[in-house]
Amino acid sequence: MQMKEYKPLIVAFCCNWCSYAGADLAGNNRLNYPADVKIIRVPCSCRVNPMFILRAFQRGADGVILCGCHPGDCHYTSGNYYTRRRMAMLFSMLDYLGVERERTRVEWVSAAEGAKFAATMNDFVAQVTALGENKRLEDLRCKR
Amino acid sequence: MQRIGVFVCWCGSNIAGTVDVKAVAEALKAEPGVVYSTDYQYMCSQAGQNLIIDAVKEHNLTGLVICSCSPRMHEATFRKTAAAAGLNPYMVEIANIREQCSWVHKEMPVGTEKAIILGKAAVAKVNLNTSLTPGESPVTKRALVIGGGIAGIQTALDIADAGFPVDIVETKPTIGGKMAQLDKTFPTLDCAACILTPKMVDVAQHDKIRIFSYSEVTEVKGFVGNFDVTIKKKARFVDETKCTGCGDCVDKCPMKKNPNEFNMGMDNRSAIYIPFAQAVPKVATIDAGACTMLKKGKCGLCSKVCGAGAIDYTQKDEFIEEKYGAIVVATGFNPISMDKFDEYAYSQSKDVITSLEFERLTNAAGPTQGKLLRPSDGKHPHKIVFVQCVGSRCAACAEKGKEYCSKICCMYTAKHAMLTRDKYPDTEVYVFYIDVRTPGKNFDEFYRRAVEEYGVNYIKGMVGKIVPEGDVLKVQASDLISNKQLHIDADLVVLAAAIEPDKSARPLATMLTASMDTNDFFTEAHPKLRPVESPTAGVFLSGACQGPKDIPETVSQAGAAASKVIGLLCKDKLTGNPCIASANEMMCNGCSSCERVCPYGAITYSDKEFRMPDRTTQIRRVASVNPAVCQGCGACTVACPSGAMDLKGFTNSQIMAEVDAICK
Ligand SMILES: Cc1cc2nc3c(=O)[nH]c(=O)nc-3n(C[C@H](O)[C@H](O)[C@H](O)COP(=O)(O)OP(=O)(O)OC[C@H]3O[C@@H](n4cnc5c(N)ncnc54)[C@H](O)[C@@H]3O)c2cc1C
Ligand code: SF4
Ligand code: SF4
Repeated sequence: MQMKEYKPLIVAFCCNWCSYAGADLAGNNRLNYPADVKIIRVPCSCRVNPMFILRAFQRGADGVILCGCHPGDCHYTSGNYYTRRRMAMLFSMLDYLGVERERTRVEWVSAAEGAKFAATMNDFVAQVTALGENKRLEDLRCKR
Repeated sequence: MQRIGVFVCWCGSNIAGTVDVKAVAEALKAEPGVVYSTDYQYMCSQAGQNLIIDAVKEHNLTGLVICSCSPRMHEATFRKTAAAAGLNPYMVEIANIREQCSWVHKEMPVGTEKAIILGKAAVAKVNLNTSLTPGESPVTKRALVIGGGIAGIQTALDIADAGFPVDIVETKPTIGGKMAQLDKTFPTLDCAACILTPKMVDVAQHDKIRIFSYSEVTEVKGFVGNFDVTIKKKARFVDETKCTGCGDCVDKCPMKKNPNEFNMGMDNRSAIYIPFAQAVPKVATIDAGACTMLKKGKCGLCSKVCGAGAIDYTQKDEFIEEKYGAIVVATGFNPISMDKFDEYAYSQSKDVITSLEFERLTNAAGPTQGKLLRPSDGKHPHKIVFVQCVGSRCAACAEKGKEYCSKICCMYTAKHAMLTRDKYPDTEVYVFYIDVRTPGKNFDEFYRRAVEEYGVNYIKGMVGKIVPEGDVLKVQASDLISNKQLHIDADLVVLAAAIEPDKSARPLATMLTASMDTNDFFTEAHPKLRPVESPTAGVFLSGACQGPKDIPETVSQAGAAASKVIGLLCKDKLTGNPCIASANEMMCNGCSSCERVCPYGAITYSDKEFRMPDRTTQIRRVASVNPAVCQGCGACTVACPSGAMDLKGFTNSQIMAEVDAICK
């Protein structure tokens, strides 16, 4: 029997002003990246509550990426600085719980960086694919 | 329970080419809450919108999911459609199946599968949407301009000419800024005073403009349309309403040995002074640090000679509170201090001066009545060396200089060199430069004239050291083009000092919650598309406080800022963004976590009375968000440890529902 090709499930949180627009630009320029990435729009990267990320892992996500404006370019002046600090904390805690660092990432993508968006997603998907399924936090009651 | 309609757009073949739109519409029918699902070639077209409106009526829809292009493209369109159908515009969510799906995934089954998932997430979110109504707030139809340089003057005149009252707050005793100190101005060489002073008079005489000179802004509260500002009018010990500006007191004052700021300290002024003849307001000011009457209670001469009885040694600082709808920052710039550039011997020799000092030295109203004389011995200099980029473009010397280009120095140095050669053809003039940057209109022509017609020696290279020796300044420099070391015995050296924002800009930015870059220049809301607005609503930027600028640029930006202010003040009411934070008072424990992270100062606390189940009452401190100030970033929602703070339109439960739908 042939194994079905493993496809990771990736949740990407993108801030409305920079990264979501960067993703749109990747679309405009027809830059391909894997369909495993599903984007959720938030006003600012600092809107992302660590709970959302935990929930995603609990529900079976294999990787979570958070994209915001470059430091200094936040539409709300300082939101992405909060993100940076909060996520550093959260990711190290997740690491401690056995969710590998490679499954989480914060990336700054501006509205002009369609190519960077696509490249980042290609890279992240490859990285998570290499790790395989995420079983650590998955709540079996919500099995896909 | 919501009654949701799903509308899948083909976008011609843009979506339908890689996504099976019919399959998407079909699959989403099974989602909770969905009562109607369809597809159409162009949803955004009039026919597509009518299809939506008809469906809302026919199926009693309460929420809409449009699977189409990016919400950045057509969210506004479909919100209007919803409103036309009688729904709240915020009952619409968009699944971006074009930019995020059909355009980036090539195979139909892959694209279709993802489009369905994105559609499911949007449905899950709409199920939790609620009607949102933007708040309204009134607009105070008066503007405040902080800084009275050419930028502030132009902005104030333009706003006042449109019929709105304007107040100018200027720290110095007079308006005018740096331009009032200049001699002639590039690229046309018209005299600064001739073009500036008529504008200053216009300001003084305008019935819509008030000038608060020798004043500072000390407190700013409120938000766009409704700022409450406190202005401190510093005691000048002269009653402005009585002083006629005759200058009798200035002549009689015995304390004459105080460095004259207006002439860059190159001559002296008395303790009571009027900065220059065309000052506006033309009112005397007593320098409290220099006046013996104020320091020791001895003298009082000025009071005796003042025919108008304007002198008042008991005057106190006065605080004025005023309301404004808009605030314009026009605090300008200053040349950086030369203290750290000792290689150029600025502190060792009086004959090493800055360009702004050179302006005063060549100005007919300056310390030498416009004669170019050496500050040390009053002799005419025969060899002058100009050094460009002193402290500018200096990535390696960040601790004493600036990384950026000060932009105006190439042009004013060419001006200085040209004017010197024009008036004193016997003078040899050298200019040392890294690059000559002349991108403005008629700028390069101007520079070439300096070289070709006026014989100014331009040398590409840096000056390494200047050593004062007897009567001369020994200039050691390298000529990068002929690759030679040069030794020039100069009589006068002029340093084109880098410029930096006024030191008061940072505390002011904090008061206004406006943002600044690492160099303390105010940042604009968008570097290309919103260059005269700050990211804080209602705060606008004019002139060199936003970045180095020459006069033509300053004036255009000043006018642009004025037009934005006028646009704001024309409105009677402002409608806000309804997607803002709000605290659930029952859950809030008053911990202040949210207040600390809010970049806009939108959160305040108040004690509220709560009725407890046992019929007693309890007073608790709870957070509340000012809807006119909140910009909806959501930082507070994450900071809140008790889960009391939530963001409308992007609530915790809505985002969780999206996560769940995607991970199902
Ligand atoms: C040596 C030299 C030569 C120049 N020559 C030319 C030329 O030939 N042609 C040309 O186009 N440009 C020239 N420029 C540039 C020109 O001076 C500027 O473009 C112009 O002055 C900018 O105007 P501004 O109003 O933005 O700033 P400023 O002129 O600096 O005015 C700012 C005003 O705000 C006041 N202020 C600051 N902080 C506060 C506060 N917190 N509260 C209240 N008030 C405050 C200041 O006192 C000042 O009056 C030259 C500049 C220099 C240094
Ligand atoms: S959403 Fe942002 S702007 Fe609004 S109150 Fe919270 S932190 Fe402040
Ligand atoms: S962070 Fe939450 S609990 Fe604390 S004051 Fe703000 S809303 Fe109240």
